[in-house]
Amino acid sequence: MTDAPLLQVEDLQVTFDVRPRGAWPWTPSLKLHAVGGVSFTLEKGETLGIVGESGSGKSTVARAIVNTIPASGGRILWKGQELLKMGTSERRRHRQAVQMVFQDPLAALNPRMKVGEIIAEPLITHHPETPKAEVKARVGELMERVGLLANQINRYPHEFSGGQCQRIGIARALILNPELVICDEPVSALDVSVQAQVINLLSELQRDLGISLVFIAHDLSVVKHISDRILVMYLGRVMETAGADELIDHPVHPYTRSLVSAVPIPDPVVELARVRPVLEGDLPSPLNPPSGCVFRTRCPLAQPSCAEGLPPMLQVGPGHASACPITAEEGVAATA
Amino acid sequence: MALFEINDLSVQFDTNDGTVSAVNGVSFDVNEGDTLAIVGESGSGKSQTAFATIGLLARNGHSTGSVKWDGKEILNLPEGQLNKIRSSEIAMIFQDPMTSLNPYLKVSAQMEEVLTLHRGMSRREARAECVRMLDAVRIPDAAARITMYPHEFSGGMRQRIMIAMSLLCRPRLIIADEPTTALDVTVQAQIMDLLRDIRYEFNTAMILITHDLGIVAGSCERTMVMYGGRIMERGTTAEIFAAPTHPYTLGLLDAVPRLDRREDVLPTIPGEPPDMLRAVTGCPFEPRCPLAFERCISVVPPLERLGETRVRACHRNPEEVVR
Repeated sequence: MTDAPLLQVEDLQVTFDVRPRGAWPWTPSLKLHAVGGVSFTLEKGETLGIVGESGSGKSTVARAIVNTIPASGGRILWKGQELLKMGTSERRRHRQAVQMVFQDPLAALNPRMKVGEIIAEPLITHHPETPKAEVKARVGELMERVGLLANQINRYPHEFSGGQCQRIGIARALILNPELVICDEPVSALDVSVQAQVINLLSELQRDLGISLVFIAHDLSVVKHISDRILVMYLGRVMETAGADELIDHPVHPYTRSLVSAVPIPDPVVELARVRPVLEGDLPSPLNPPSGCVFRTRCPLAQPSCAEGLPPMLQVGPGHASACPITAEEGVAATA
Repeated sequence: MALFEINDLSVQFDTNDGTVSAVNGVSFDVNEGDTLAIVGESGSGKSQTAFATIGLLARNGHSTGSVKWDGKEILNLPEGQLNKIRSSEIAMIFQDPMTSLNPYLKVSAQMEEVLTLHRGMSRREARAECVRMLDAVRIPDAAARITMYPHEFSGGMRQRIMIAMSLLCRPRLIIADEPTTALDVTVQAQIMDLLRDIRYEFNTAMILITHDLGIVAGSCERTMVMYGGRIMERGTTAEIFAAPTHPYTLGLLDAVPRLDRREDVLPTIPGEPPDMLRAVTGCPFEPRCPLAFERCISVVPPLERLGETRVRACHRNPEEVVR
């Protein structure tokens, strides 16, 4: 199956069992729907951005793709093969092909290991037969590739700054020549000037090595910059998906619209002239999500009909779908 | 006379690795109803500048220079006298609302304490005033929710409680240290709108400390850019953003990805933010500056006036600092 997309997610559901405080041992635990009905495909060499606020389920999607959290419904297909039905050897191959870069760069590195050991660890775990000299050469090569000095190989993580630690994390993710790298908030802990360096490094690596990226962040401007396509999530569900520029220029879903307008633009002339509909209230509890459209409790356009039934993803343009029946028609007109 | 006048403020910390100069010779002033943003990355000294002015430094820190509140010197005043000013005239909002509220006490107890202690109100009067203030920061059903504990509120709601609490004594100045960094963008927009409305309503001056140039653009009249404990540039927000005259300001503005722009490669500032333990003889930005020359390594550029409203610290002429 060579024509199957690299990654295909169909109607992904992830639920967690939550025990309420002070519950009796025999009371059934509550079901928390962290992710409900997320579908997307990712082609080779493509970058998919996932944006959402805290509690939107974006990190849970990432964890389901790398198979550290089992999906409770739906299917994840890796090169046409279902993740949960893989045999041991296939699963091992999947684990090598999909790597992750984490948010807190210092916490993601073992403080007692030297940088060289950290970067080499995946290679040694999966290919213990690799000769030592080759491992060392590969680590040195990767360190230079991500902008570190190869002579820093014997240092410990605390000797590096946040930006450099993130580069170490990226080098570790690349040593197995992965086909997909999942970046979960890779730049949100970094300073602005360093953030730009790491974003540039990631898109450069993506272009040169032809890997696919899933880029998860809460910062829409960062996601827009790096992604080909963006998926907007809210309370575990997909609100809208479109090409990156299309989504920012013509957002259709009311949630995307308010998200776009809430992002401040560093230019006083533009910023002071903007009128922005500020979203009222907070995210509802995922233990007790609103019926129907999950966004309706904060939606400025909500109507009684929104409480009935899940809104389907409606096509509003080429490669552009939105889960809002109210704005869909207007959206079709705007994008046409 | 300015309301809040800081002159040549320096802050040092004694650490096991030696003395760290976190802030060097910072001067600025804030007038009644004014809004000033202090912008910088980690290690720029922006928070320590604010902490030093109202005597909130850690125990190993000491500050020199002059801080005048309403014409009166307040730097290094004894705690008791400082507390009078901090309670009624200057209020502070911190980054993480969860760690600045006491988790063991109901919101009502924490808020009422401010008024009974500083204003000598009775509990009943204090409660009424607190509920009124929670209403003002748009907490729905304030009368019932005031008896809840901090953990029962969301992050955005907790930040609203902090804002309400800081307003209880009708301060003339609010110092907000990264007030929205821990919050989601839609909630950030709510809180920034709230702060703006509150400032109009109570005519409060504000110092906003942040690393986010986006929120500065929409909320502050003046901006001060700091790096490595020194002022790089200060002026009205409009002129700083439209025509930065310092290479650092320019680099910082370019490095932010913008929603309204399309770029393939983001312009970056090479290198890392400074290590404060290393003593610097010249301009702190010199190791990362694309325009640096010999003098930058040895001589600290003095803060020079440029036009009516602006100061800058760079050996290069303003015309040389261009994209």
